[in-house]
Amino acid sequence: MRRGPDTFWNPYLAGIALGLVLLATYLVMGHGLGASAASYRLGVAALETVAPAHVHGVPALAALVRDRPPLDNWLVFEVLGVVVGGALGAWTSGRLGGEVARGPTFGAGRRLALAVSGGVLMGFAARLARGCTSGQALSGGALLSVGSWAFMLSVFAGGYAAAYFVRRQWR
Amino acid sequence: MSFPFPFWSLGGEHRTLGLAVAVLFGIGFGFVLERAGFGRARKLAGQFYGRDMTVLKVMFTGIATAMLGALILSGAGLLDLAAVQLRYPTYLWPMVVGGLVLGVGFVVSGYCPGTSVVATASGKLDGLATVAGTMVGAVAYSELEPALGAFPDSGKLGVLTLPQWLGLPAPVVAAAVVAVAACAFLAAGRIERLLAARGQDPADAPPGPQDRRYRSSQSGGVAAVSRSPG
Repeated sequence: MRRGPDTFWNPYLAGIALGLVLLATYLVMGHGLGASAASYRLGVAALETVAPAHVHGVPALAALVRDRPPLDNWLVFEVLGVVVGGALGAWTSGRLGGEVARGPTFGAGRRLALAVSGGVLMGFAARLARGCTSGQALSGGALLSVGSWAFMLSVFAGGYAAAYFVRRQWR
Repeated sequence: MSFPFPFWSLGGEHRTLGLAVAVLFGIGFGFVLERAGFGRARKLAGQFYGRDMTVLKVMFTGIATAMLGALILSGAGLLDLAAVQLRYPTYLWPMVVGGLVLGVGFVVSGYCPGTSVVATASGKLDGLATVAGTMVGAVAYSELEPALGAFPDSGKLGVLTLPQWLGLPAPVVAAAVVAVAACAFLAAGRIERLLAARGQDPADAPPGPQDRRYRSSQSGGVAAVSRSPG
């Protein structure tokens, strides 16, 4: 068997494994997987620490913190697991290590600026679409939800439309 | 057919156990994503340049697997599929616009929200930057939501599945999804090979046997080991 940091699972076998994890989640939790909801709740928790009055003044944020602390949520715990699982996968394959992923001629500072900007867009978009690639496209897509498929096709369309303008970060 | 740990009614002692189970599912999810190569922005972004279609292959295989599994288990009376589908109502327009914007964010950051967590866990600082941006963007949405008016609830179609919408039996739609995925995989392989053969920029092509120069300059001895057959 091939090993090393540049060796990955066969994409189709990885896809089957992914599908089985998702299926188990449907069976046990009655819900699919997710990711962006945890980032949102972490953001709200951070904001509540520094500006509690502000959080209670914004309707959507106030609703989120009303009954329970924002981090007391199953998706937050699931994403905690993603951190552990991701670190395990990287560690056991020799991929664990600090770096800024970018092309050889692209500066780290500019790359980080693009990463933050893309993140801001995705955080906003995932809230608007009621889920991200995990919680909407993958989890809703496998349930054949019309909205999830419309979302998924739109993600690919948006990515292909913008790809040309940010290609230099990988050169 | 009830769910052992339904996420919406976890309470008391059961809740703690349910949250522990959620961590386990997350570990499986994160591990698979990492091993598929989704902790690497370059590999993910490759989808949008045609040089590496791993995202398409993993995602559609995952969808097809979970879809077929859900249909089979539902048919066998082991899964209340309708109850899970209830969690995924369609709001067409915010989902289309959200998808377009998220797609732009994906190619700009090189990650999606889930894979940025995996990248962060494997030490990628750009992954962490993406997670931070996602937090800011998601909170900003809540701040700006009143200004969006009725748009976030527009195109409300309720719980609508492709079989209902097309007026076809679910197994027929599932077979069509599998057939479309298979065609997409064939096309993806062709595009990858075409671009690799063209090899304009060695750094743009997926590493293959012909990229000896790139591989050996990038990872030295490890590449030699990882390429040895068997």
